Amino acid sequence: MFDTLSGRLDEIFTRLRGRGRLNEKQVDEVLREIRLALLEADVSLRVVKAFVKDVRERAAGAEIHKSLTPAQQVIKLVHAALIDMLGKEASALAHADRPPRIILVAGLQGSGKTTAAAKLARHLKSQGRRPLLAACDLQRPAAIRQLQILGEQAGVPTHAEADAADPVAVAWRALTLARDEGYTDLIVDTAGRLNVDRELMAQLAQIHDALDPTETLLVCDAMTGQDAVNVAEAFSSEVEVTGVILTKLDGDARGGAALSMTYVTGRPIKFAGVGEKLSDLEAFYPDRMASRILGMGDVLTLIEKAESAFDTAEAKKMEEKLRKSDFTFEDFLSQMQALKKMGPMSQVLGMLPGMSKLPVGDVEIDEQLPRIEAIIRSMTMQERNNPHLINGSRRTRIARGSGTSVQEVNKLVKQFDDVRKMVKMMSAGKPGGPMRLPGGLKVPPNLGL
Amino acid sequence: MLEELLPQILVGLALVVIVAGVVVARRRRPSGRRGATRMKDFEAMERAGRTAVETPTRPRAEEGKEEEGEKREQEGEERDEQAEPPPKTASAAEAPLQERMQEAPPRPTLRDRLVKSRRFFAARLAEAFGGGVDEDTWEDLEAALIQADVGVETSTKIVARLRVAATERGIIDAAELKGLLAEELVALFESVDPGRDRALAFAPEPPTVWLVVGVNGTGKTTTIGKLASDLTRRGQGVALAAADTFRAAADEQLQVWAGRSSAQLVRHQPGADPGAVAFDAVRFARARGLDVLLIDTAGRLHTKTPLMDELSKIRRVVEKEGSVTEALLVLDATAGQNGLAQARRFTQAAGVTGVVLTKLDGSAKGGIALAIESELGLPIKLIGVGEGIDDLEPFDPKTYVDALLS
Repeated sequence: MFDTLSGRLDEIFTRLRGRGRLNEKQVDEVLREIRLALLEADVSLRVVKAFVKDVRERAAGAEIHKSLTPAQQVIKLVHAALIDMLGKEASALAHADRPPRIILVAGLQGSGKTTAAAKLARHLKSQGRRPLLAACDLQRPAAIRQLQILGEQAGVPTHAEADAADPVAVAWRALTLARDEGYTDLIVDTAGRLNVDRELMAQLAQIHDALDPTETLLVCDAMTGQDAVNVAEAFSSEVEVTGVILTKLDGDARGGAALSMTYVTGRPIKFAGVGEKLSDLEAFYPDRMASRILGMGDVLTLIEKAESAFDTAEAKKMEEKLRKSDFTFEDFLSQMQALKKMGPMSQVLGMLPGMSKLPVGDVEIDEQLPRIEAIIRSMTMQERNNPHLINGSRRTRIARGSGTSVQEVNKLVKQFDDVRKMVKMMSAGKPGGPMRLPGGLKVPPNLGL
Repeated sequence: MLEELLPQILVGLALVVIVAGVVVARRRRPSGRRGATRMKDFEAMERAGRTAVETPTRPRAEEGKEEEGEKREQEGEERDEQAEPPPKTASAAEAPLQERMQEAPPRPTLRDRLVKSRRFFAARLAEAFGGGVDEDTWEDLEAALIQADVGVETSTKIVARLRVAATERGIIDAAELKGLLAEELVALFESVDPGRDRALAFAPEPPTVWLVVGVNGTGKTTTIGKLASDLTRRGQGVALAAADTFRAAADEQLQVWAGRSSAQLVRHQPGADPGAVAFDAVRFARARGLDVLLIDTAGRLHTKTPLMDELSKIRRVVEKEGSVTEALLVLDATAGQNGLAQARRFTQAAGVTGVVLTKLDGSAKGGIALAIESELGLPIKLIGVGEGIDDLEPFDPKTYVDALLS
């Protein structure tokens, strides 16, 4: 299947390791691979071309640091270029000259406008502001009702008109209301529209002109493919887009649309939707995204997930055990339950630095979990706590009990033992270069541990 | 802060490494029990299947409706589909779905709808097919495919095959390439099962149950509304189950569609157990002697294990009371390569039997459908081409490819 973007880049740079400085031909090779990887990550072709050109120029003018390997230099370059394109740094909402600050939310059908509008309202309210929501999606059945319910949940009032037909008029009346009643922000939810629908696009322009919003936020699904560039172009030619909200970022999409959007609009991504709850709205961090894309792993996200999945005291105890090498299968089992809460293993893996290059099909690894669990559950408590007891005949029994093969049991026991050793080495503090794991896996030395 | 979190990371890492190691080891073993099914396997399966059944592979567009029906019966299909032809309505636009597929060309409409989506693609192709065949032609062609979300790997493969074919047939004129490309694309769609039946299946005993699933915002509820309207117009008794109890006002949205299509609605309180709604709906449909039950489910990202488990549960619960005739995955045409992961996971969780590709009236081309069909073997059954109640059409590879290339 398709490798992840991180995986692709990792692959290139692994090949580069051990070579000397990059020559022209090697740069070409690297750039070609970067191009491919970005395309597979759903970055629009035009954006990929521009990006690759940018990287080439940077590479040409780059200073050679003696302390860095060529691979590291390329990573640094690409990383910096990605951050540049993603909007350099997290950016906040602009302030209005006088209240209310008007925020217009627009996008394709199903991109998550209504949810994003409500999340934004909740976010502003939690900052002590007084936002008003305006339901101007008169197209989709029950869209008004949806916004009203979400508004209630967020504790934010919603201006809605049951039988209105003209969204421009509704928007205008909402603005009047917001002014009269001293709301600090007006968040206007609009109907989803296709970028090729001239009529509806013109209508959006009308709403925009009537309101003259401080922020016009384009809502974009993180799973969007090549079309992102067309969408961004159409919307920003019709209204002045000031920023992007990237939604559904909690999935496993590689998020190439983020690059396309910022490149075409020239505007930053201001928020990211990361879940179904109203509180699941985050500031967008270009550096995090770039790191994730580059296979440096999204360690911060991983930490956040781990925090919610693992009991801290428990984990501390486990770590102690790991360090001392008395981590048992029983502990493994209990931790595996916690790990499951972090989502599919394949996804967790992708967030780990250097792990994205694992030759593991995106789903297969999750299919293996129950088998591993079955094997451990087929061990006696004594075996689980003293793995060295597991001899040949016990293995046969375990394999039979779990419906697996002796080879599989062997593998698990061996792997378990190796990792215990590895962790002991790591905690000793000097791994000395990429850690060689059985099975040819490599853990980069700079895990930050 | 990082210091405190080190234990979690370390423990997590250790677990991940152990599991990954085991999986990798399994993979290396040539006789892995659960090797991923690749295209080759599908081709082999398909070849075997074809020799056994000896299905004639005529282009379906040329077949009359009656003939089609006969053929299906001869093949011993159990599907009791449209036992009686529905009364013909005056305008072609109102003709029911199944009929429109087999009737005179649906092409004009589809082409019209796809006209915008085509523009850019066509421009690229015009460039590619402008004159003689040279390196640039191939490059443009590949770029055009990639921009249709076909995916780099598949695009490269198609272009490579096209090159071979072009050399074999001695094609030097780029315009001729276009026909060849269309053939290649259609062949990819058909690679799993040539001329496969893309009509939605009906249960031998009512109620037929269609479970509709997908990630958030792909158009599940809208698709159900359109399907319901099409069915009721053909005189079928239809019930809708509002098993999306999560999204605010999802049931009210469905209620509007139920009203528009004169279908019955089964709903619980918001936040209720979706499985319970589905279960009640099956009983309801049976008690009232309704023909088809459409179950709307909450949009969920395929990566959220608990939510995917919930979906499996909905299916299991329905099967306690009846059976799921079709599990339809609704896929947004704007989806990029992630669409494949979606299809794979939803199939695991809910046993997807077909795909509805929505929002094809936009500028997105939905090229990921190609990979979904050729790699996962899931048939694309319907396409959504607008927000109107009639804007749902049967999927036909040839029409789709033609519309895209012409």
